Amino acid sequence: MPLYLFWFFAIVMLLGGVAVVALRNPVASALSMVASFVGLAGLFIGLNAFFVGIIQILVYAGAIMVLFIFIIMLLDLKTEEKRAPKLAPLLGGLGIVLAFTIQLIGILSKSPNVEDKPLDLTAASAHFVESSPGISAKLGAGHLPDVNLIGDVLFNGYNLPLQIVGVLLLVATVGVVVLSKRQTT
Amino acid sequence: MASLNDYLLVSGLLFAIGLSGVVLRRNIIVVFMCLELMLSAANLTLVAFSRFHGSNGLPDYNGQMLVFFVITVAAAEVAVGLAIIVALYRARQTISTDDLTSMRG
Repeated sequence: MPLYLFWFFAIVMLLGGVAVVALRNPVASALSMVASFVGLAGLFIGLNAFFVGIIQILVYAGAIMVLFIFIIMLLDLKTEEKRAPKLAPLLGGLGIVLAFTIQLIGILSKSPNVEDKPLDLTAASAHFVESSPGISAKLGAGHLPDVNLIGDVLFNGYNLPLQIVGVLLLVATVGVVVLSKRQTT
Repeated sequence: MASLNDYLLVSGLLFAIGLSGVVLRRNIIVVFMCLELMLSAANLTLVAFSRFHGSNGLPDYNGQMLVFFVITVAAAEVAVGLAIIVALYRARQTISTDDLTSMRG
């Protein structure tokens, strides 16, 4: 990805994140979260992770944002009333974040910088000749079959975790139904 | 071309923004959104490492698998969390973390 596109998406993502924290209206926060996640999806696609980028838009910017907005509207939340912010949590929070950022910059300035290597699709094609000829043919033609490769790894290498995640989603669904049904007065 | 350190810096900044939101905001729904921001920052780190430490000329797809699972767990967490928030709101008529100081129903 060209450097200017990287910084464009990164700045969209960071400004969206700052707006989530700074804006007082929860609906505006939810919409800023969408802007942040669209920028993040741009960064994913720049890293050749096309499937993850699309999933990011579909799941987060679509489904989860709708869920948040729905709950905000259901509870009929008003903009937070202007209570005077307490000084101790404000200083504590900003102090933690500042310390974290300084640590991050300190570590990154000392760690060696890895440059982007272009993908070598022909070498990868040779690697898949025996295990899956379809993927090998697409790689040989110069395409990156991202979804095929992810499906290959997911169903061959991570089959048990996939089943467990399915059970997790089922348990979450049942839990939501139980939590919503019980009348607490 | 952006280098690995650029991606790690941007992802660390996003994590710090999410952390500040969790500490500073009192609206529990916004706290939840900031948790999502922190999970996404972790995802960006995973994808960046997957791309820059690839093998056989391809990205390392094990990292992207972990992103896939993080997204799934985050989706389940949001569903259950929002249900808990709705139940809390029914019981207490508020979702400000200042007023929610006890878990007793």
